[in-house]
This record gives sequence, C-alpha cells and structure tokens, in this order.
Amino acid sequence: MPESPVLTVSDLHVRLGSTHVVNGAGFSLAAGRTLALLGESGSGKSVTARTIMGLIRPPHGRVTAGTVLLHGQDLLAMPEERRRALRSTTISMVFQDALSALNPVLSVGYQIAELFRAHRGMSRAEARRAAVDVLGQVRIPAAARRAGDYPHQFSGGMRQRVGIALAIALRPDVIIADEPTTALDVTVQAQILRLLGDIQREHGTALLLITHDMGVVADMADRVAVMYAGRVVEQATAAEVFARPRHPYSEALLGAIPRPHLRGRELAVISGAPPDLSVPDEGCRFRTRCRYRIEDCERNPPEHDLGGGRSTACHEWEKVGSA
Amino acid sequence: MGPYVLRRVLMAIPVLLGTTFVIYLAVYALPGDPIQALAGPNQVISPSVAQALRERFHLDQPLVVQYGLYLRGLLGGDLGTSFTGRPVTEIIAASWPVTAQLGGTAWIIMAVAGVALGVVAAVRRGAADAAVLFGTTLALGVPFFVVAYVTQIVFGVQLGWLPVSGVEAGWPLAYILPGLVLALSGLPQVARLTRTSVLDGLAADHVETAVAKGLTGTAVLFRHVVRNSLIPVVSLLGVSLGYLLGGTVLVEGIFNLPGLGYQIYTAIPQHDGPVVVGIGTMLVLVFLSVNLLVDLLYGVLDPRIRLG
Amino acid sequence: MASSTLVSASAEIPPTPLPGGGAWSRLRRRPGFLIAAFVAALMSAMAAVPQAFAGWFGAGDPRACDLVRSAQPPTAGHPFGFDVQGCDLYSTVVYGTRSSVVVAVLATAGMLVIAVVLGSLAGYHRGWADAVIGRVMDVFFGFPALVGMIVILQTLSVRNEVTVAAVLVLFGWPPLARVMRGSVLAVAGSEYVAAARGVGARTGRVLLRHVLPNSFGPVAVLTGLNIGLVISSESALTFLGVGLRTPAISWGVQLNTAQQYFTTAPHLLIFPSLFLSVTVLGFVLLGDALRDAFDPRTR
Repeated sequence: MPESPVLTVSDLHVRLGSTHVVNGAGFSLAAGRTLALLGESGSGKSVTARTIMGLIRPPHGRVTAGTVLLHGQDLLAMPEERRRALRSTTISMVFQDALSALNPVLSVGYQIAELFRAHRGMSRAEARRAAVDVLGQVRIPAAARRAGDYPHQFSGGMRQRVGIALAIALRPDVIIADEPTTALDVTVQAQILRLLGDIQREHGTALLLITHDMGVVADMADRVAVMYAGRVVEQATAAEVFARPRHPYSEALLGAIPRPHLRGRELAVISGAPPDLSVPDEGCRFRTRCRYRIEDCERNPPEHDLGGGRSTACHEWEKVGSA
Repeated sequence: MGPYVLRRVLMAIPVLLGTTFVIYLAVYALPGDPIQALAGPNQVISPSVAQALRERFHLDQPLVVQYGLYLRGLLGGDLGTSFTGRPVTEIIAASWPVTAQLGGTAWIIMAVAGVALGVVAAVRRGAADAAVLFGTTLALGVPFFVVAYVTQIVFGVQLGWLPVSGVEAGWPLAYILPGLVLALSGLPQVARLTRTSVLDGLAADHVETAVAKGLTGTAVLFRHVVRNSLIPVVSLLGVSLGYLLGGTVLVEGIFNLPGLGYQIYTAIPQHDGPVVVGIGTMLVLVFLSVNLLVDLLYGVLDPRIRLG
Repeated sequence: MASSTLVSASAEIPPTPLPGGGAWSRLRRRPGFLIAAFVAALMSAMAAVPQAFAGWFGAGDPRACDLVRSAQPPTAGHPFGFDVQGCDLYSTVVYGTRSSVVVAVLATAGMLVIAVVLGSLAGYHRGWADAVIGRVMDVFFGFPALVGMIVILQTLSVRNEVTVAAVLVLFGWPPLARVMRGSVLAVAGSEYVAAARGVGARTGRVLLRHVLPNSFGPVAVLTGLNIGLVISSESALTFLGVGLRTPAISWGVQLNTAQQYFTTAPHLLIFPSLFLSVTVLGFVLLGDALRDAFDPRTR
C-alpha cells in the first residue's frame, strides 16, 4: 500500500456493559481515500466509529484494548483536552439521523458557527458569516436566510446537508460518515453521497464510510473493511472484494445482492443469526453460519496477510470465492 | 411570534373569568350575614340601615348580577369596597409590597437552588444524586408548617440570627426565613424535574454531536444539555408561582407579615367578601401574567413551539 | 403548604409503566421501598385498629384525661407526656393516625375517580370535551388552592373526614387528570386501539377493554405519593383551624393547640409532627419507589 495511512485502528476492543461489541477490530485509511466499513447491524461498525471519535465513555462503554492512530498519534492515550482540540479540526463525524443529531432548539447557523468560535476563536459575527459560507458549500439554497432556521424546518435531505456542513466546516483530514444516507429517501441518498464524494475530492479528505449497503460501497469506496461480530474479517480494495471475496461472510454478503442477470432466481440469504456477543467464544464467530466450516474453526482464525494490503481472517480463505 | 402571543393572551381570559367566578361563588356562599358580621355579633341593626347597606353592596341583587357588576368594576380598576369601608385597592396597595418581596424572594431561592441541585444531581450522580434525592424527599415529606416552626425555633429563638415575626427589619433580613420556608414548598419538585430533565438531556443524540464537534465539557453541558433541559423546568417555575402565592397565606400568618395572604386570612372569618374576592383576583391576575410571560419565554427557548 | 404539596405530584413528567413483572423485582431490591412499605403498612394498621397500638405503654384510652397533668412532659408509662387536657399524648397521637389516613384514602380515591373519568374523556374524545376540561383544569391550576380550600371549608357547617376529603378532591384532581389524559392520549393513538375500532368495537368497549387498562398505570403509580401529600395538606388545613375540629382526634388539631405552647411544652409539637412527618415521608417514599420501578427512564 503506497499511500501513508492517516488513520490506523489496531486491535480495538470495546465493551458496552458486559457485551464485547468490538473484538480486535483493525484497519487503516489512507489520506484522501475512502474506506468502507461494511457489516450488518450489530457488527460493531458504529461503535468502532464512535470509539474513534471518543464518544464511547464510561459508564456506558469502555475501550479495553487497542490503539487509534491519527497522524501517528494514539488518540486513546491522549489527554482529553488535546483530543478535544482534534475533534472537528482533524477528524469529524456525520451522523446517521441528522434530526436527532442536531440540537432542536438552536438554529443551524448557530450550531455551525459554534465550531468556528470554539476552535478558531472567531467573533459571533465572523463565525456566523463562516457558517453561512459552509452552508453554501453543501449547496443549501438561500444559505444566508436558512442559517437562522431550526432543524425541524428542514427536509430530511437538507438536514443531512447541515450534518455534512458541521463535519466539513473546519476542513478536517478525516471524516467518519456513519450510515449517512440510511435515514433518507432513495432519491435523496444519491444526492447526499455525490455531495460527500465531491467534497472529499475538493478538499482531499479521507472518508471512513460506514454502511451496510453494497451499492454504496461500489459507488464510493476505494477500499473495504468487512466487519463481523466486532472484528474486521476481510480488508481489500473494493474491486478485489467484488471480484473475489476471501472471507465466507463477504462472499455471503455479495450473494445477498439482487443482480439483474440473476433475475428470477431465489436471492441468497445468510442462514442463521448473528452471534450473541455477551457469551464468550474462543472460535471463529462466523462458523455457525459458514459453509466452509472445519474443525479448526473452533479457534479464532488469525489475520492472514495476502499481500498488497489485503487480509482475511479465515482458516479456509483459499477455498472461498473460487466457486 | 405575534399570533402566538395573541393566542396565549386570549386563552388566559376564560381562565381569569373562571377563577374569579369560582372565588366569587365560594365567598358569597359563605353562611352568615355579612351586614351582621360587620356590625358585630351583638349589635342590633335597624332593618332600614341593613337594607341601605345591602343596596350599597348590591347584596339584594342575584349572584350573577353581582358578579357582572363586579367585573365591570374590575375593568375600570375598581375592586370594590371592604365592608369596613376601606376600598379594596387601598388595602392591596398597602399590603402588596410585603407579598411581592416574600414571593419574589422565595421564587428566586426556589429557582436558583432547585435548578442548581437538579443539575448537580444529574451530572455528578452517585453521592450527590443520593443526597439531593434524600433532601428533596425530606422537604416533600415534612409538612410545611412544621418546617416553619422548626426554623423559627432554631434560627430565631435559639440562635437569634434572624427575626421571626413582622417586617420591621426590612428586606432582606425579615424575608430570609419566611422566604426560605416558602421556597422549600416548591423546591423539591423543581430540583427533581431538573434532575430528570437533565438526565434525559444527557442521553440525547445531539449531545454526542456536540462532543464530536470538539466543544469543551462546560459548553456541551450548558449550551447543549442544560439549556434544552430547562424548557420544562421553566414552565414548572411559572406554575409554582401559583403555589407560592397560595402559600403566602400560611407563611404570612406564621411569620406575622402584613401582606395580601394575611389580609385574606383575616378577612375570611369576617365574611369580608370584597376583600377576599379582590385579593384573590389580584393573586390570580399575577399568576396568569407570570404564566403568560413564562409561556412566551417558553416560545423563545423552544423554537418548535414558536414556529410550529 | 397545602396547595403546593397537593398539586405538585404531577408536575413531574408522568412515568410510562412497563408491562410485565420486571418492576416487582426491581422494587424489592430497593431498601427504601421496604422501609417505606413497612411505614405505610404500620400507619394503615394503626389507623384501622388504634386500640392495638395505643395500650403499649400502659395507658391506652385517649379520652381518659386528667386535667391535673395538663401538658406535663414524658414520664414512665407515658412516653410522649400529656396534652393540654391531660390526656396521654402517645395514645392520642396513635388515634390521630385514623383521621389522617381516612381523609387521605377518601380524597385519593375521589381524585382517582374524577381523574380517570375526565382524563379519559379529554384524552379519548379530544375536541370540545378536551377543550372544556382543559380550561377547567387551567382554572384550578391558576387558583391559589389553599385560599380556595380555606374559603370553602369556612362555608361548610359540617367539617368531618368526608367533607374535608371532598374539598381536597375538588382542588386536587387536576394534576392526576392531566397525567391520565396524557396516558389515554398515547394509548388511544396506538395501533391496537385503531385495530379494535377497525373491527367495529363500540366506543365504550374500546375504552373499557383496551384504553383504560393500558393507560391507568401512570396514575396508579402516583397514588402513594398522592396519599402522602394529601395527609400533609389535611394537617395543614386542620392546623389553620379550617379542617377537622375538636373533639376529633387528629394530628392537625393537636398541632394547632400545640403552637400556643411551643416554648413551654415543646413535646406537644414534637411528637405529632414526628408521626405526621414519618407517615407522609413513608407514603412519599413508597410512591417514589413505585414510580422509579415502573419508569424505565429513572433506572
């Protein structure tokens, strides 16, 4: 992998209560690139994102091990005050549901201006102008007037634009987008994704895109990290995963996509249910649903480095995807 | 904002009419003859004098007519005349400063201490939370007049720090004890509502956004948690003023403060209807105005209400 | 303060009860609940059979008085001393429990009935019923309730447990009705009520079978708290001289008498206050525990 990583997560373990939600997740994100963190609900992808942002805190949750390197510095070992200064300026987040992620009683202009006042020391008036400018960048019409409006006065798509405006306002190097289009209508989804892509190209921002949608991955991602039961089970370029997955779970996910040339055939489903993460398990978490299962699966597979930045956590990876 | 204000004002009118009518009804249902009570129990009044007095106070008219006449007077700023001959407005003018100072002191103590305790309990949890819960339960459980007597004995009689009776010492000295006792009657609810509301506020999704924005802990707490959480508390503070005004009757009695509540309390056994109704109307008016202000403030605090 | 304590139970956000049995196990794990339940049970027992408690220290008849011993401090066999009439203060305080609890139970029952009827009407039928009931509630919320209660009690020629309770109900129902209305509103908007109406069930049946059972919880949970607050209000009214009157044996009457002697015979004030406070606290804590157990948010 030629580019230097701007964000590297290794061996991350997070507990929420007694549940081990993230169990050794690791991936890296290159500057200016898009990494899709792919997985079904409950796979720990959102918790991983929120851990990177420092939003998982006692008493609700606890990081038990791991490092999160941003520009080579470990966020998890940093004093809170230094970490705070990096939020929004170097790393920021777009939340899934902009309606609940925005403060209902403050105008959107105020909420964006707050960033410029807190991190850039701007006056109220300067910050206000800067906020209007950012609203323009996310293509909100009549930005100067709408800055005085409140979140409930915006449509879903416009509201998510405000969410993106919050994330890009201070030109961070990394944006984490946690299922940014899940709460939106299909037609609006494409617009929001295009906006994110455009901004990323203009600003050279790295994007960690959390999604469960293969279509979004195909459209947006340079690389993919597939998460299952709190662990990254496969990492590769998007093209590689689509061409030949090297983990049974990735393979199964690809099989679950409706495709035009397979019209009329039954859609593949992943049988079984995701594992209960509050019960300890020494084996591969996917084995109960896996068609490549062997005896070795009773112990957790190590991460096999396949070269070229590609890796998989499966004992039988050589057999996967060959069919 | 304009239609919102107008709507709130219009909604207050039937409430004002209803409340004054209820007071009016209750007072004029009082048994006994006010004319006789006025003259004293053992006086013999000539029928012609009694008749003249009845006509003067419209006591010979049906209740509804009396109430109508009363309302007409009210519009012109005339609250009628006490059976003792003193205009009710004059009585109110003489005693409202005492009640205003008492109620204001109590209200401020209640609001400041209640909100502060509630925020601390919600944010610190643990021991602070337990202490606030225990304290508010105690304040809710121990009857008000017991508290009044205990504070009088301890701070006034035993320690001699503060006056326990009358207003000669002026504000703030004379109002500290009664204000504190009066405040205690509403403080537990304010503290508890603030606590619940801040706990809810802390759990809101947009608080995560605020943290992710890299705001300082204080900015997150005050701008994004407490500010939102105070919205329901503000409306409770408005309603609480009604309780405090009612409570002045008791507190002014125990601490011997010559305010509006004290006037009502002495007027009731004398069947002095105009005084009770007049002061009652006054208290309700104050209550409604404050709640109107609170509603408007509510609109400022919560744009979802103002803008629909 | 009667007005405040009476009306404020509900100023807090109404709880949403969880169906199912989780609440009971949560209840039992709270030490406060057991103490409060014990106090409430003890006071209810004292109210039901005072004679079983009054004789514990030898004396036992609150009407057996000896003026010679007027206001004497505690002695052997008379742990609380004597009241102004020279009666054993311990047994009068024990007998005083009855009127407080009776008033509280009557008043709370009355408030519940009115709250359920009017709250359901307003919450289920909305429209003009809601508007009228809402305005009437506003009138009572806007009323300095203590003043109102004093005025009305003055007009009553008979002042006993029933009439005092009735006046407390008159000024105390709106908060409970408001909680009930909110709860009915929520339930009436739910899918299963729509479904019941969809299959042609009559309004009465929908209300009785579907809406009421599912919306009564939040109001029921407020009962304990309400009983405590009503006891407090009743004693305040009686203390002011407009509630129960001698020869009724009641804490309020005892405290009313005691205030003239509080420097010379403080035990007259202390013991009834103590019983009153412990009882009110017991019911308030019980109410709190119930609410916490049924309200998932406070866990």
